Amino acid sequence: MSVIGEISRWAIPFLLLVVPVVAFLRKVPVYESFVSGAEEGFKTGVRILPFLIGMLVAMRIFIDSGALELLGRALRPLLLRLGLDPNLTAIIPLAIMRPLSGSGALGVATQLIYRYGPDSFIGRLASTLQGSTDTTFFVLTVYFGSVGIRKYRYALKLGLLADLVGLLAAIWIVTKVF
Amino acid sequence: MVNLVWLILLVSGILAAAATGRIDTVTASALKAAEMGVEVAFELIGVMSLWLGLMRLAEEAGLVKGIARLFGPAIRILFPSLKPDSPALGAIIMNLSANILGLGNAATPFGLKAMQELQKENPEPEVASPAMCTFLALNTSAITLIPATIIAVRLKAQSAHPTEIIGPTIFATGCAMTAAIIADRFFRRGQKL
Repeated sequence: MSVIGEISRWAIPFLLLVVPVVAFLRKVPVYESFVSGAEEGFKTGVRILPFLIGMLVAMRIFIDSGALELLGRALRPLLLRLGLDPNLTAIIPLAIMRPLSGSGALGVATQLIYRYGPDSFIGRLASTLQGSTDTTFFVLTVYFGSVGIRKYRYALKLGLLADLVGLLAAIWIVTKVF
Repeated sequence: MVNLVWLILLVSGILAAAATGRIDTVTASALKAAEMGVEVAFELIGVMSLWLGLMRLAEEAGLVKGIARLFGPAIRILFPSLKPDSPALGAIIMNLSANILGLGNAATPFGLKAMQELQKENPEPEVASPAMCTFLALNTSAITLIPATIIAVRLKAQSAHPTEIIGPTIFATGCAMTAAIIADRFFRRGQKL
């Protein structure tokens, strides 16, 4: 744990030191090369801007309007009938939010952790879930948008399937371990 | 599919707001989110310029190729459609490593760079290539060794053991990643065009 923490702490300074030095030794004009590469940063940023705004606007309206909460409440009886443990229903909004929005999911997870306590079943499950999957939908729209892909083929299905497996695995392991 | 999800988010949000008498929040949220989009993009421009600059240095020094050659064999199994010395491999490896180390803001520039490289080898520029689907599946399910943000939240909420969720998190994300890799194979075979 502390080893990995140390690696994370040193990774960026290490790269910032080693890459320019090695490049210099290999006769790369370091400063000019850096600048010409950095130029792409602006272009990429501007290119993904419309996709970011499109997704963020839809997402914020969906969360702030209370639609997320309503959907969670509507899904509850259905999932209970399918045999879901009643203790798990508190996690539904987070499970819906996770693939859609990183900041949204973090907000929901934080609320759950405070309401149920960080060391409760729901608190641990929310923590595990938050750390274990990514914002599939958001990443897809921005990454594909940045290179002009319109047809996602099976990418969305694949990402959401992985999220579902992550959710089930998180529930299983948290039930087992604690 | 994206079009539909986007529309559903908007329509259900606005209808829910209307039904609960919170129609004002729609206006405020929409404007705030649009502003936030610009903030996020501009913050990203700074970080992205830094990493893409460094990436260019690493490329010209032959380091990216070196990394690709070092880790390539393992990664290449997952990307059979790419050329063995494809520049995309280096960017993909950098993105996944940054993800694993939890360096979120370094991961995005490498990821976008990988997409650009993959797009260069894509025969149909408007349709996602199989390699892109594999990459995004790996990217969104990738293991994070230390979920730093959530540990910070737990610490603030006075957890007795803020880091106890690291093990379960790695397990869950490992399952998701394995499922993504296996399912990717099936989807790819089913979708041969």
